[in-house]
Amino acid sequence: MDYENAEKILEVKHLKQYFNVGKPDEVRAVDDISFDIYRGETFGLVGESGSGKTTTGRAIIHLYEPTAGEILFNGKNVDTFTSAADHREFRQDMQMIFQDPYASLNPRMKVKDIVAEGIDINHLAKDDADRSKKVEDLLETVGLNKDHSSRYPHEFSGGQRQRIGIARALAVDPKFVIADEPISALDVSIQAQVVNLMKKLQREQGLTYLFIAHDLSMVKYISDRIGVMHYGRMLEIADSDEIYAHPLHDYTKSLLSAVPVPDPEFERTRQEIAYDGSQENDGKTRHMVEISPRHWVRAADDEIDMYTKRAHEASLIKD
Amino acid sequence: MDNDKNILEVRDLQVDFKTYAGDVKAIRNVSFDLRKGETLAIVGESGSGKSVTTRTIMGLNANNADIASGTIKYKGEDLLKKSEADMEKIRGQDIAEIFQDPMTSLDPTMKIGRQIAEPLMIHKGMKKEKALAQALEMMKLVGITDAENRINDYPHQFSGGMRQRIVIAIALINYPEILIADEPTTALDVTIQAQILNLMKELQDKISTSIIFITHDLGVVAGMADRVAVMYAGKIVEYGTVDEIFYNPKHPYTWGLLSSMPTLDTGGDELPSIPGTPPDLLDPPKGDAFAARNAYALKIDTEKEPPFFKVSDTHYAATWLLHPDAPKVTPPEQIVERQKQYATMHKELLAQQRTQGPVEEEEEKQ
Repeated sequence: MDYENAEKILEVKHLKQYFNVGKPDEVRAVDDISFDIYRGETFGLVGESGSGKTTTGRAIIHLYEPTAGEILFNGKNVDTFTSAADHREFRQDMQMIFQDPYASLNPRMKVKDIVAEGIDINHLAKDDADRSKKVEDLLETVGLNKDHSSRYPHEFSGGQRQRIGIARALAVDPKFVIADEPISALDVSIQAQVVNLMKKLQREQGLTYLFIAHDLSMVKYISDRIGVMHYGRMLEIADSDEIYAHPLHDYTKSLLSAVPVPDPEFERTRQEIAYDGSQENDGKTRHMVEISPRHWVRAADDEIDMYTKRAHEASLIKD
Repeated sequence: MDNDKNILEVRDLQVDFKTYAGDVKAIRNVSFDLRKGETLAIVGESGSGKSVTTRTIMGLNANNADIASGTIKYKGEDLLKKSEADMEKIRGQDIAEIFQDPMTSLDPTMKIGRQIAEPLMIHKGMKKEKALAQALEMMKLVGITDAENRINDYPHQFSGGMRQRIVIAIALINYPEILIADEPTTALDVTIQAQILNLMKELQDKISTSIIFITHDLGVVAGMADRVAVMYAGKIVEYGTVDEIFYNPKHPYTWGLLSSMPTLDTGGDELPSIPGTPPDLLDPPKGDAFAARNAYALKIDTEKEPPFFKVSDTHYAATWLLHPDAPKVTPPEQIVERQKQYATMHKELLAQQRTQGPVEEEEEKQ
């Protein structure tokens, strides 16, 4: 990725997403996060369950009304849209691929109707023949056979269903795709197939991905940049190679140290780093600071020196 | 290895499931041994038969399962010939199991102290007070903080990781000879997974249980297993020590599995993947079941099933590529790298043995 001339497709500014606001069981699922996604890149979002990564994805595609903050897509704030045309365009440009290929396809619909639903709603096909042609092309793009279009979801394996889900997302010619754990439910040998397909589509159609996952090695492989979330906050953002080689935040270090590696020799000497989450709630105000170029860490004012020193030690900053 | 060190011997096991569509041949002639104190990992995709194998050992298969042939010898006795009443005595006392989902394997209406103590009361006829006292010890052992105050809590009051610790406590309270762990950490986050795996290793040292560890995560296998068996389409296709499987794999399916998992160092545009999907076990293909997805398949693979070829005393693989007449093939790049690493490790090991030779050998004789 050439970030010098890159253009922001999505800007998330101080997004807060609370549930049950004002009640005793208020949940701050996403608590003041800010990040940008550039056109054509893959931005990976990692974190444990309950860290708010799925909520972030859903807030971006506007399945929720944000509690506070704003989300700019192509420079425009979705919340201020008034015309139906703007809304329709937004819904076309942004699509989602879901985690569970078994639950996200309607079992009573034929594959062609599942894939064509977006085409129908947005009136993208001239006539029936055009609609069928579009569906067949889409199925071919995702590596399925055009004969598959008159079958029902139960006739397909998990990997094939995920391909149908991808075809459905691509049907409206989106610019931005949110993939929420798209491969977690698939077998190892099938995961690689789906990841390769997603990468190929990105190259051919210039898609931008928000890739949400907890499998850290797969996220690193597919992402250009990665954001690490914990307790509803973004703790660190950096290029994927850099964040894995030189994590600056203690939580990122701890998370990475827990990843099992398919290498027995490495596993025998692996040392996990413990992390004490309470230090995040010590009352200090923290915000994202760019410690080294394009490497952001959530830090309090008196912690910046410490992170800068760490970055120096990892020679991320050149004097 | 001597036979008397084997705590469990599975021979020629074949399990079919009767369905309306026909017989699903879920396990097709599986044989393996489990040694005392070791961890044997069984890896494979869903549908490869790993869970059916362990359910058969536990006698917990669904009603439509038919054990067509085979023996499962535990302490010299065939478990398949035991009555249901006898199996009930063995389950939870001699052989215990940890299931994948800690949310569904606990009784939501029973206090956890009671759940942990139950195996003691049922199998050892222990009085409630004494059993609860022992349950408390076990809770401390598996790392449940503030155990005294939490013994009367219900499962919903615990997090996923803590629940899995409770499940482990229940499984281990009777110090079973064999522990079957069926994807015990798949439902957990990586940080919690690391804690649970460490706990299992620690406890294994303390009570010297043999573990059969089922998973599809090769990273977890690398850290847990002493030996590994790779299953595909109801068969074991390769087995060996953890180093042999990870650094010197011989079966193309093992190659595919290892290279389709990105490590933190994997780059490049395309991830090596295994094309296609596993075969339908209603009608398993003739010859090698993996042939259709195998880039290295030979003509004979579609005609005749490969037998096990010996790679070393501990390492066997069922692929025709190991036949003396087979053409030489170069495995995928990542595998070649792994084999190089294996060669250097092997050399270092030999050098080490040469310097401290006599001591090592004596240890082995014991």
